[in-house]
Amino acid sequence: MTTTDKTMTADDVVSRLSSGMTIGIGGWGSRRKPMALVRALLRSEITDLTVVSYGGPDVGLLAAAGRIRRLVAAFVTLDSIPLEPHFRAARQRGAFELMEIDEAMFMWGLHAAANRLPFLPVRAGIGSDVMRVNPGLRTVTSPYEDSEEFVAMPALRMDAALVHLNRADRFGNGQYLGPDPYFDDLFCEAADAAYMSCERLVDTAELTGNAAPQTLLVKRHSVTGVVETPNGAHFTSCVPDHPRDEAFQKAYATAAADPDAWAAFSERFLPAGGDEKSYQSAVRTWHEEQK
Amino acid sequence: MTTENTTANPTAVTRAEYCVIACADAWRDNGEVLASPMGLVPSVGARLARRTFSPDLLLTDGEALLVAPDGTTEGWLPYRQHLAMVTGGRRHVMMGASQIDRFGNQNISCIGDWEQPSRQLLGVRGAPVNTLNNPVSYWIPKHSTRVFVERVDMICGVGYDSAAAAGPSASRYHRIPRVVSDLGVFDFVTPDRSMRLASLHPGVTVDQVREATGFALTIADDVPYTREPTAAELSLIREVIDPQGTRNREVRV
Repeated sequence: MTTTDKTMTADDVVSRLSSGMTIGIGGWGSRRKPMALVRALLRSEITDLTVVSYGGPDVGLLAAAGRIRRLVAAFVTLDSIPLEPHFRAARQRGAFELMEIDEAMFMWGLHAAANRLPFLPVRAGIGSDVMRVNPGLRTVTSPYEDSEEFVAMPALRMDAALVHLNRADRFGNGQYLGPDPYFDDLFCEAADAAYMSCERLVDTAELTGNAAPQTLLVKRHSVTGVVETPNGAHFTSCVPDHPRDEAFQKAYATAAADPDAWAAFSERFLPAGGDEKSYQSAVRTWHEEQK
Repeated sequence: MTTENTTANPTAVTRAEYCVIACADAWRDNGEVLASPMGLVPSVGARLARRTFSPDLLLTDGEALLVAPDGTTEGWLPYRQHLAMVTGGRRHVMMGASQIDRFGNQNISCIGDWEQPSRQLLGVRGAPVNTLNNPVSYWIPKHSTRVFVERVDMICGVGYDSAAAAGPSASRYHRIPRVVSDLGVFDFVTPDRSMRLASLHPGVTVDQVREATGFALTIADDVPYTREPTAAELSLIREVIDPQGTRNREVRV
């Protein structure tokens, strides 16, 4: 008997997803987003999704393609460009339901889900309009002498999570080499199935060959599938492998703000019948043209 | 420093520099807490405070590292620890606001009806958890009736009235030390915790502030001016912390 090899392709991942699912997406804003997996999802017919994300262009692209029925988020941003044009446009036409919660509430919702708790108390939300726009949120009173009242942040349990790490082995051990783990381990633990793409697939021993063991963020027991997708976070940052492609992000944001420009952009980089390889090649060609 | 630098103070103090001073002073006597400036002027202000009167402040590089003024890494603060630090209270953030009202309720989420906003902005981000747990000041680079409104469209950062209405667990650690705009400094040191004009930046009149504010401010008969920077502070701002003049991109007076 050998340890399970979980390597698969991005299309294999998508074949395990279906319309109506709740899908968590790791990373933060325009940082280390599993964009190759999102692009594969965009090539499918899967729709009607509940998306749970510290949102960036992952949310923008899915919103533009009309795949989101409900979004759970505290923000959607491109970081160096504060407002995500597709998200803005989708919200302004009332394209999907939104569960708008605070960043910390979101984090405790992930912790609750990972810990199989129905909720966790959090001192956030009360006094703000987060309570008004989420009439389903309940509060809980401390059973101890203080009797304080907190928001009972419900568990953000997901059918599937998509995350992107710098390195992984074929068994599902994932490593981040940048400054921030974000919440990718929690996303994996909070989901029934977790799919991890990585910049480079390596032998297990190589993971700690040049890096400290605490860089091993995602543990294989919480991972269902592993996909090697070099430059797979593009155009979001995935340091130290690659920084954010600011020039391309700017082109994305400019196109996203105008329907005709977006149609052309989309046709060029995300055409029907395309794949990740043709995307990466179209990006390289675009960069050549900019010189 | 060269002689040229120590005497280099020929030009008058700019509005942006008064704003830097007003922001820096928000972190005076804060002790060993994380200063989280959002925006260019607050960022210059926090670094000025750190280099002068508040040397124990912690500062980040804008991502996950805590850094000394010379850039030396002194700690690690990824988002998960950052959010935990907020609830521990050892932090003073200066946030922006698309709208702010007379009790300090702040909006960065959207303009118009939340169900289908006329203008979608960032989202609530961390404003709800921040305002209930650690001191939150605000920086408004362009003071106008569009920003200083009677009522915000979406309460993200909790104001004094909303915190009081939500009960003791909301108001327990709630505090808005100051609001700094390009026109002056504001606080909530009034009987009903509504906004008060605390100081005017030199060159600004009370009428200017009144006209640019969409609600009735408490204004004393004799409003002081925002303090002058010291010569040492001015040269730090101009020559060390912000030689490129990023502060002038936010405040162009």
